[in-house]
Amino acid sequence: MQWPVIEKKIKDKYGEQIEKWHAHNERRIYIDIPLSLLKEFAGYLFTDLKARFIIASGVDTPRGGIEILYHFDFYQMPQVVSLRVFVPKSDLKVESLADIITGIKWIEREINELLGIEFTGHPDMRHLLLPDDWPEGKYPLRRDQ
Amino acid sequence: MSEIIPIGPYHPLQEEPEFFRLHVDGEVVSKLDIEIGYNHRAIEKLAESKSWDQVVFLVERICGICSTSHPAASINAQEDLGGIEAPERAQYIRMIICELERIHSHLLWLGLAGHFIGYNTVWMWSWKYREIVCDILEKISGNRQSYAMFKAGGVRRDILEEDIPWIKKYIQKLKPALDLFKGAVMDDPVIHARTKGVGILTKEQAIAYCVVGPTARASDVAIDVRKDDPYFLYNQVEFDEIVLPGGDVFDKAAVRILEMFESVKIIEQCLDKMKPGIVDLHIKELPAGEGIGRAEAPRGEVYHYCLSDGSNFPARYKVRAPSYTNILSNEVACIGQKVADAALVLAAVDPCYCCTERLIVVDRQTGDSRELKGDALIKLSHQYTDEIKQSLGIS
Repeated sequence: MQWPVIEKKIKDKYGEQIEKWHAHNERRIYIDIPLSLLKEFAGYLFTDLKARFIIASGVDTPRGGIEILYHFDFYQMPQVVSLRVFVPKSDLKVESLADIITGIKWIEREINELLGIEFTGHPDMRHLLLPDDWPEGKYPLRRDQ
Repeated sequence: MSEIIPIGPYHPLQEEPEFFRLHVDGEVVSKLDIEIGYNHRAIEKLAESKSWDQVVFLVERICGICSTSHPAASINAQEDLGGIEAPERAQYIRMIICELERIHSHLLWLGLAGHFIGYNTVWMWSWKYREIVCDILEKISGNRQSYAMFKAGGVRRDILEEDIPWIKKYIQKLKPALDLFKGAVMDDPVIHARTKGVGILTKEQAIAYCVVGPTARASDVAIDVRKDDPYFLYNQVEFDEIVLPGGDVFDKAAVRILEMFESVKIIEQCLDKMKPGIVDLHIKELPAGEGIGRAEAPRGEVYHYCLSDGSNFPARYKVRAPSYTNILSNEVACIGQKVADAALVLAAVDPCYCCTERLIVVDRQTGDSRELKGDALIKLSHQYTDEIKQSLGIS
């Protein structure tokens, strides 16, 4: 499957629900989607379109919430697709993708301890990098603390 | 009931901080817990207080062995952010450094693996020939490690024209050495018995755990950033992507050995194709926006993401080292293995703890735990090799 085919499939399936489709260049594509769609969308990419999960990255934004990017590629293709979701500080909960993508387990634990996002349904939410006696509610990568 | 054997907090083979808790039934591993974070240096947070130029030096400190793959991904991210294309000569110089580093990193791993299974000759020889690579790197950059060569828009030092014939001649010395290792490792019956069918990571598991680099390629997953998303001028040189189907320790070693031949091929092509020209665009500023950079490190794909608000500092800098995904896959690759093999399986992904980051063995029947120190594990492994040698009639 080539990239134009994948692009069309994504647009056909989720066209109206995609908030923003931004191609920085032909190899780097950012797709903004609502948080409620994340699990289904990521599952579609990973299971149906055989995408490879690279990593997720979170950033504390000045817009009153945390932005998480889930980066995917499609093996022998140069395109990197980054799914962007916005998590408001009033409700810092995101559905865990660990039951779909096994390799996401560590980064969800990391984002949990560094940015304070709760991944609901994650099998093991212990600290990954920070020590076990790290104080509750202190998040090193948050900008409001 | 099972016994728990702790290995760590220093890996017995690679002497770096990580912690494995092996749950064993008798001598067979039934479950593995991995703990990292013993040496978290907050590089991502530090990057937010460094200028774009300094970030490249900072990420060079993430890993001492593959000290150029993080700068490579970093400048790829910065150049993606700014839409910059570096001069051709700079691209070739970057590729030469990256490939030399791949050879030295693979030789280093091969030596350690040889030492662990009791082949100290392999250890001594592979580290001896690694010196050739370090000499060339020293000639080019002035440093055996941490070359400080890369910057967005070019490289910091040119390769002198008069040095090129010397490099071409010196690199020829590597070829017989690589042939020797290929024969010594791939045709040896004891190494076959120790590594074939050991620590298998199936293709399905490799995909589920999202592993990268030689770990993926040994499990029949053909990914290599140099081929899939060519950066620098990797699309201008010819080389083969080494993919093997077995997924065991032997195939992981074989991928690395065969890859070194490809790296030599790439270096020779780069030296031939390089034409005189500028090597730096002297980039002063980067715009606001996002950039993603990838590079194929000796251990697999390095992934950098940067967010810029238009100032001189990154607003967010994310680094994903290859070991971060590869080490987690040990969770499945170690199951059903003997304790004597476990540390070898754990090391077969060539984990880099600088990038990520310890073994406890727990007996399920007694609930006792014992900690295996490095010497004890290496002794256990040597004993096992000796047993195999005796059964094969080799002393």
